[in-house]
Amino acid sequence: MRGDSRHKTTGGFPMRKLMKCALTGVATGAILATAALAEVESTDPIKLTLHDWSGQLINTQIMGAILEEAGYNVEYVQADYIAQFAGLKDGDLTLAMEIWATTGQEALDEATATGNVVNAGETGLQAIEEWWYPLYMKERCPGLPDWQALKACSAEFATAETAPKGRYVGGPVTWGGFDDERVEALDLGFEVVHAGTDAALFAELESAYQREAPVILWVYVPHWAPAKFEGEFVDFPPYSAECYSDPSVGVNPDMAYDCGKPRGPIWKAAWAGMEEKWPGAYAAVQAYTLTNAEMSAMVGEVDLDGKSVEDVVDAWMDSNEARWTAWIGQ
Amino acid sequence: MSTFRHPSTWIFITLLVLTWLLARMGAGWAEATGLAWAFDYPKAWVIPLKDWVSAAMKYLVEDVHFGFFTFKEFTRAISWLIEQPYNLTRALLAEGFMDGPGRRANQILPPFSWITITACVIALGHYARDWILAAIVGFAFLYLSVFGQWESAMITLSSVIIAVPIGVIGGLSLGILAYRHPLFDRMLKPLLDLMQTIPIFAYLVPILVLFGFGPVAALVATVIYAMPPMVRITTMALKAVNPEIKDFGVMTGCTQAQMTWRILVPAARSSLMVGVNQVIMLSLNMVIIASMIGAGGLGFDVLSSLRRLDIGGGFEAGIAIVILAIAVDRLSQAFSERASTHQPKSKGNALIRYKRSFAILAILVAAFLLGRIWPFFQSFPEEYWLTTGAFWDNSVKYLNINYYDAFEAIKLFFLNYFLLPTKRFFLGLPWPWALAIIALIGWRFGGWKLALMNALMTLFIVTTGMWEKAMITVYLCGVSVILASLIGIPLGVLAATNRRAGGIIGVIIDTLQTLPSFVYLIPVVMLFRIGDFTAMIAIVLYALVPAVRYAAHGVRSVRPELVEAGVVAGCTRWQLLTRIRLPLALPEVLLGLNQTIMLALSMLVITALVGTRDLGQEVYIALTKADTGRGLVAGLAIAFIAIIADRIISASARSARIRYGLEDAHG
Repeated sequence: MRGDSRHKTTGGFPMRKLMKCALTGVATGAILATAALAEVESTDPIKLTLHDWSGQLINTQIMGAILEEAGYNVEYVQADYIAQFAGLKDGDLTLAMEIWATTGQEALDEATATGNVVNAGETGLQAIEEWWYPLYMKERCPGLPDWQALKACSAEFATAETAPKGRYVGGPVTWGGFDDERVEALDLGFEVVHAGTDAALFAELESAYQREAPVILWVYVPHWAPAKFEGEFVDFPPYSAECYSDPSVGVNPDMAYDCGKPRGPIWKAAWAGMEEKWPGAYAAVQAYTLTNAEMSAMVGEVDLDGKSVEDVVDAWMDSNEARWTAWIGQ
Repeated sequence: MSTFRHPSTWIFITLLVLTWLLARMGAGWAEATGLAWAFDYPKAWVIPLKDWVSAAMKYLVEDVHFGFFTFKEFTRAISWLIEQPYNLTRALLAEGFMDGPGRRANQILPPFSWITITACVIALGHYARDWILAAIVGFAFLYLSVFGQWESAMITLSSVIIAVPIGVIGGLSLGILAYRHPLFDRMLKPLLDLMQTIPIFAYLVPILVLFGFGPVAALVATVIYAMPPMVRITTMALKAVNPEIKDFGVMTGCTQAQMTWRILVPAARSSLMVGVNQVIMLSLNMVIIASMIGAGGLGFDVLSSLRRLDIGGGFEAGIAIVILAIAVDRLSQAFSERASTHQPKSKGNALIRYKRSFAILAILVAAFLLGRIWPFFQSFPEEYWLTTGAFWDNSVKYLNINYYDAFEAIKLFFLNYFLLPTKRFFLGLPWPWALAIIALIGWRFGGWKLALMNALMTLFIVTTGMWEKAMITVYLCGVSVILASLIGIPLGVLAATNRRAGGIIGVIIDTLQTLPSFVYLIPVVMLFRIGDFTAMIAIVLYALVPAVRYAAHGVRSVRPELVEAGVVAGCTRWQLLTRIRLPLALPEVLLGLNQTIMLALSMLVITALVGTRDLGQEVYIALTKADTGRGLVAGLAIAFIAIIADRIISASARSARIRYGLEDAHG
């Protein structure tokens, strides 16, 4: 049954197949796998965490596929982005493929400090998070993408509830981001409205885009939105650690956060026991890297063209065999 | 009305006016007189309860030992026990048995074919009632195949199949224990209240830690959420068993076990089946939240579709949940009716007596063999799938482009004249004053016991530093409950007095109850943007259901003699409604109000996903930060608001019943 594709081609999600993999490990894998996988250090399942955005699913399943090619037993577990650290600490979960420096650094640092979780290096993907506007707003607010332009035309982004201030839709409060502070420090004349989830955030964008209505919001890449909607990030004064911590640094001499958001790598995080239990697998995880361009293309194929994650992963595996065989040392 | 002559009514009105004045003007002079602490509870006074809870949890997970094993090993053993039947069911219904790990796995045995399972539910429908029911459930399952939701639906169904028996058996045993030991009953009651009112998000983190990541944790959460009604109904049903039947048991010399299993439980069977039905429906309500922590299935399809803004995909998966729920609900109701009537034993040889079982067995074998050759018999082919996804996407887009300004105008009207003034009122209340008023209301309706309880619960909210968020919660729920009642009660009355309208309203209500709110939350965000108004719409849609149900039930169950008496006395239809039906239905309507408040509060965590700033958000933040203490304390605060509202309304419903002679004052 693996070969035929019984999944929806539009809007389908390969969770079911994933679950099959997961189940196999539990149901029959233990007995039947031993013979086939005799060459690896341990046939216990390596548990990879899945979250709910396509990029992470692709990333994780490519890693999973590579480990399977190397003979390891892989299991996928659905877990919350931050809550997963509890599982990584006690070995319930083995590997998390996407910890964004922009949103997960604090949790990652806290976890690695306990000694039970290790940072397994960069995925090669670079996260960008910043204020973003659709291209049609450039006409109404000349001078963009420079942030100074926002000062002059914040009223263009106003709604009845926020007027005369502009309305900026920020990410969920749990993402942090210091947008309220940024607005104040740069004297932007915007009111920050926090979306509760990623889905609500992009629903606002889709709604405004359909009507060509003014909108400015928190967008991050790698994500499908910049591929579907034409637009640009605002150029704020570049981020530096001092800008966040020292009021005197930056455009505003009296306040901190007078610059853009930090950009940074997306890390891989693993249970500290992984290296000892599956040394070969851990080496492959450390070697694994992708590029932003590759990832954006794959995310677009899934979220915009409606391909299944599994098909996209298979295609990557077929066309990059040389790369991943090197990672697993064959 | 006689109420206005009662002196305490005037005291209450005066107090209300005073409260309003205080809320409007208070903050200004409080600054001047050094009473600011009454408006803004000082941070330094906050009791760090959440840190204590987190520390206790850590101790529980890491250090508690029962001699041979730790607490965590104990919970993990439970989760292993649950996992085995779950994996089996899942393999049978959805995934088949696989050989080898991961990508290179081969299927040794396919899952049951869609034809077999559909035939099976048709047979169950026929067995439980008749061919009509068989046709309804058959079409429901056919729908799942044709719309390409089969595999996800079967994953969801397998978690329901595992969660429901655990919930029913657990609920039944606890209920029996509570029936036997009144002390246990009294201890259990507040716990049940908490289980039903603390939002699930609040205890997801400890469940994940104790039961491990994956579908089992989701199952455990589902059981905790779905079990309380079973416990309550069991205790109630056993108490309601005719004393003559009990006496008969005593006379024939039954042991306690015989008394329970041979006499009481069979006698209460039909009420118990109502509890089973509740467990099933609540388990299906949990589908979305369970999928957030790894249950997969239809709930996951809803979430991942909406995450991609594939509104059509979300609607389709959501409607599949509704269809599945309706099919399972109708089946279980038919079984409960069947249980309460005696069926004549069918005669004839085994082949005739077990005709359905043999037919299914034959279909099972045939579908399996044919499925080996033609895949059509194994799984419904993808080429024939239907989809309505584009319709939903385009509808939302059309509304958005053409009617956005109209929506905006409606929204602003509500915001300016209803929501914002209410919000200002609640946020302006000084907490000591509010505390006193809540205690006073408790005293008025339920005596000093209720007054004390209300005061203590309010004090908990204040001292844990959640006053402001609690007030936003009360405001948001308050306006939603008012709107839901204004819409729901007339609809309920209409449904009860007009048969045709009743049918249509019934279908809408059933759909609203089982359609996961997340499905319409995102379209509502697109049309009304992020904010309190959007949250209010979502809450109203969800909390409308009991308002309609109870109002309809109340009006329907007015004794026909009383209505006839009105007709004889020459009442017009309007007078019949306002003078006889509505006043007599008042206790039911109040119970409906009570349920409306409960549902509104339970929606808070979902509306936090849009972006509100209430206790729901606090619980949600705690979940994403895996902060057990913070989540549980905020969850308790929500539960306390719910319990205060519940007690006050129940007490006033009781006094209404006494006033209309429906209940004895000493009863």
